[in-house]
Amino acid sequence: MIVSISNATPAQEQMPPLHEPQLDEAKPEQAVKMRTGGGLAGYLRKVWAIAAKDLRAELRAKESLSTMIAFSLLAVLIFGLAFDLRVPDAEMIAPGVLWVVILFSGILGLNRSFGAEADRGTMAALLLAPVDRSAIYFGKFFANLVFMLLNEALILPATLIIFDLNILQLWIVVGVFLGTVGYVAVGTLFAALAANSRARESMLPILLLPVMVPVFMAGVALTANVLDGRVLEEFQRWLWIMVVYDLVFVTVAYLVFELIWEEV
Amino acid sequence: MSTLAVARTNRMGIGNILLMLLNVATVVAMGLLMWAALVYARPASNLAGDEQTAQRIFYLHMGCNIGALVAYFASLTGSLAYLLTRKLGWDRLTLASIEVGTLCGIGTLVTGMFWAKPTWNTYWTWDPRVTTATITVLLYIAYILFRNGIDNRQTRARFSSIYALFAFLSLPITFYSARWFRSIHPVVFSGSNPDAQGGFDIGPSMGQTVGIASLAFTLLCATLMIYRWRQLGLEDQMAELREEIE
Repeated sequence: MIVSISNATPAQEQMPPLHEPQLDEAKPEQAVKMRTGGGLAGYLRKVWAIAAKDLRAELRAKESLSTMIAFSLLAVLIFGLAFDLRVPDAEMIAPGVLWVVILFSGILGLNRSFGAEADRGTMAALLLAPVDRSAIYFGKFFANLVFMLLNEALILPATLIIFDLNILQLWIVVGVFLGTVGYVAVGTLFAALAANSRARESMLPILLLPVMVPVFMAGVALTANVLDGRVLEEFQRWLWIMVVYDLVFVTVAYLVFELIWEEV
Repeated sequence: MSTLAVARTNRMGIGNILLMLLNVATVVAMGLLMWAALVYARPASNLAGDEQTAQRIFYLHMGCNIGALVAYFASLTGSLAYLLTRKLGWDRLTLASIEVGTLCGIGTLVTGMFWAKPTWNTYWTWDPRVTTATITVLLYIAYILFRNGIDNRQTRARFSSIYALFAFLSLPITFYSARWFRSIHPVVFSGSNPDAQGGFDIGPSMGQTVGIASLAFTLLCATLMIYRWRQLGLEDQMAELREEIE
């Protein structure tokens, strides 16, 4: 029996080489089609392919989004408990709580974005994809943005319930969206950087949080102003800060992302 | 061959003589600053008691701040130049200036706290300049920690340069959002902040002392940066030689 198995295995191992040339002949055509599938539409299709891969993986493994949501709900509850006895008016702390929870829970998801690729050794495969490095960036960016927005779709109601505040207002939601775009733009790039360092998971918050200070301040000020019932003219500068931040950092991240994997 | 090159650069050369002169100039300037800040500068006419004593720390505060500013621009130049040229010398300049910048930044914060307690009656406040200085120090520390976690020399240089670029781009936005957030910081030189507390009008002897402080701290930072830069160069050479042996 043993002999027959050991005989069978080399035979099976020899099988693939017979098939592989056929695959190789088929591949260049596909690759050429991918690369020449021109213009903006082609580029967006590649971005979507990367994003869809991440979204599908998340749908099946439920690894990062579920952790983010669980953490967010826990954090809102813990903040609610922490301030329950001493803070007379929830409006005083709710803006800060909202944005702290957004920033901290985002770190969990961003860490998985490239951490999962590094853990499973799929990083090289991702980099071999016949697309621009910037398409990988925007694909990851889009997937992370979707995760963050879904996460926030639960943080906002949770804050509303725990602190009993009408936090679901148009300009707060717009501010959360704008802030998230900047957060994910910088966060995705930093996650790619941190994935290559030794202390990956603990490095990301140290790198990311000081850079996020403008978004954090703008978000807190905006939320506080809206909760105080101010009019748009009084707080629109905070929205503009977020817009400027988003534009600057999406552009710079797009320019710089190619530099990350040079020798791999 | 490269060992000989190392040995030769450490003998007396024109560079070393200039560096010695810089050392002397730094020591003299720092000594002069101590005298000017404690003795020469006239007391502020509009302050009394603790505030009067505390305002003398302004010269060190200002000096540290200028040192941090020099280091900020040096590290920005270093990281940009590294990404464009890929010469490790620029990366060493970034690291050297960020290390010096961290020291100066912490100096600025600590001297500021000593002054703020008698004047603002609190060690800490979220004033835009305090906020920005604090965030800068945090970014510098993050940069140093991040570098240490990457083994490959070229990757380390590239990644930390990318990070430095992002960090420095965020600082102006941080400053402006913090300025809109709140401000009680006195603007000593130009214009005035109507909400500022604890400011003083600056007289001629005080102006000269500020000039000395700027010069002395620029020299001090330059000297420290050059020494650290050379030391890092030797470290890199040593690592290369070790690789050659192995």
